[in-house]
Amino acid sequence: MTHTLPGLLDTDAIRKDFPVLSRTLHDGKPLVYLDNAATSQKPKQVLDALNRYYEMHNANVHRGVHVLAEEATALYEGARDKVAEFINAPSRDEVVFTKNSSEALNLVANMLTWADEPFRVGPGSDVVITEMEHHSNIVPWQLLCQRTGAKLKWFGLTDDGRLDLSNIEQVITEETKVVSVVHTSNILGTVNPLDAIVRRAHDVGALVVVDASQAAPHVPLDVQALEADFVAFTGHKMLAPTGIGVLWGRLGLLEELPPFLGGGEMIETVTMSASTYAPAPHKFEAGTPPIAQAVGLGAAIDYLNAIGMDKVAAHEHALTAYAIDALKSVEGLEIIGPDTALDRGAAISFKFGDLHPHDVGQVLDEQGIAVRVGHHCARPVCLRYGVPATTRASFYLYSTPGEVDALVAGLEHVRGFFG
Amino acid sequence: MGANAGMKLDSMYQEIILDHYRNPHHKGLRDPFDTEVHHVNPTCGDEVTLRVKLDGTGADAKVVDVSYEGHGCSISQASASVMTDLVIGRTVVDALKVQEEFLHLMQSKGQAEPDEDVLEDAVAFAGVSKFPARVKCALLGWMAWRDATTQVMEGQK
Repeated sequence: MTHTLPGLLDTDAIRKDFPVLSRTLHDGKPLVYLDNAATSQKPKQVLDALNRYYEMHNANVHRGVHVLAEEATALYEGARDKVAEFINAPSRDEVVFTKNSSEALNLVANMLTWADEPFRVGPGSDVVITEMEHHSNIVPWQLLCQRTGAKLKWFGLTDDGRLDLSNIEQVITEETKVVSVVHTSNILGTVNPLDAIVRRAHDVGALVVVDASQAAPHVPLDVQALEADFVAFTGHKMLAPTGIGVLWGRLGLLEELPPFLGGGEMIETVTMSASTYAPAPHKFEAGTPPIAQAVGLGAAIDYLNAIGMDKVAAHEHALTAYAIDALKSVEGLEIIGPDTALDRGAAISFKFGDLHPHDVGQVLDEQGIAVRVGHHCARPVCLRYGVPATTRASFYLYSTPGEVDALVAGLEHVRGFFG
Repeated sequence: MGANAGMKLDSMYQEIILDHYRNPHHKGLRDPFDTEVHHVNPTCGDEVTLRVKLDGTGADAKVVDVSYEGHGCSISQASASVMTDLVIGRTVVDALKVQEEFLHLMQSKGQAEPDEDVLEDAVAFAGVSKFPARVKCALLGWMAWRDATTQVMEGQK
């Protein structure tokens, strides 16, 4: 069956760039990869950039005067330029490379653990998160609160999978020092109204951290328009290799706040008794960084820019609307999260009758369909909606309506298998 | 079972397993009990609350009852059901031997020849041992039973 939905990309052409998408599994069944919220596949252009780096330019960065060292440094720092432009950062020095989003969020929490006034977090101050955060945006703040004596507060969720901001003035108060919130939920798919949260947080003088892990790969991300103070995302969900993530932070804050990891690269001068630190971003990049991975992220950004993030967003929006309609037609299926494509990303979690997601995922796998099952590192969301786990299908720029149809057919097969 | 399912999947979802999943034995929490434990599988959210009632002490201790409540996939639910059949009425010493045999089977990556005389219905889980992500599901109830039983035995000392 062929589909013509307005806004779809030319996936026939795009899929040719992704070698793994032509794989067949389990005796010739084509791979239907619907686990993009966990990690994306990688195009040849990114794999070639990694190979080229190792074959031609490999050296450590920021040290040595030889040709390879200079090339490696130029490639690594060039990737930083590409990231800065991709997120419309006012300065390239605001782009800190990390291992992933988790490390980026932990980095902010640790900066604040050790911060002096006016950023000090301690007894009498509050940290605010939401009930739909990934564990990586919950646990670092729990640790911060345990270590400093601050109190953790959070926004709850509505029955239809949105943030309940009805009590925003009671949750974010003069005591609030930092608010950390997800841009797009990895389990519910919800896109949050960050404007209202940023405005309230800044009114009371709190910092705002945005977990953009499920946004940077899928929609145009403009850190200036967001008006947050820190934004975290990861490369591997946006066509880049694993092991490279980004923390964007306002330059003034990166200059003021203390470093977390100490080591090579992050220093200015070192004596046996004390050290001074390099300016941001290097102050936060101790040790040899993930150089090839950063180069790969740069290549991924080139790939996404060539297509256009607005077009990626339009493709996923059209596909998500199609998928929601198709899934709603499946008997016994209940979407956990918003059941329209409005203010919504391309991850769709659902319950399928009384069948456990493990069983659903296992039988789908046998048909070549890769979905994620479990609590998606967002266990509080499962508790909130009274499910032990969900099955989640998530799409990307190479996903097609035909794959949605395959999922629907696969679910009917699952029903028959356990029926 | 669907006619189109592949060999490999059928090897995991044996009819015995699906039967226990649809009609679990000894399910529901019962009194009296000596101890209660709660085990979770952190990667998937499966949970079981399990109670044991023993009679006697030391080498004479016997498993009088095992009751449980929980939620999880067909593999974890069926495995708990099979486990209760195998341990209730046995001495603790014998039941622990069965548990060890089952653990050995599940860690075999599909290579072990299960001893049907010892494992009875639990031989059906041999295929599950080929699916690393599902081994923990099959072990959840067994490990909870072992933990609860050990606690009671330790408490008797």
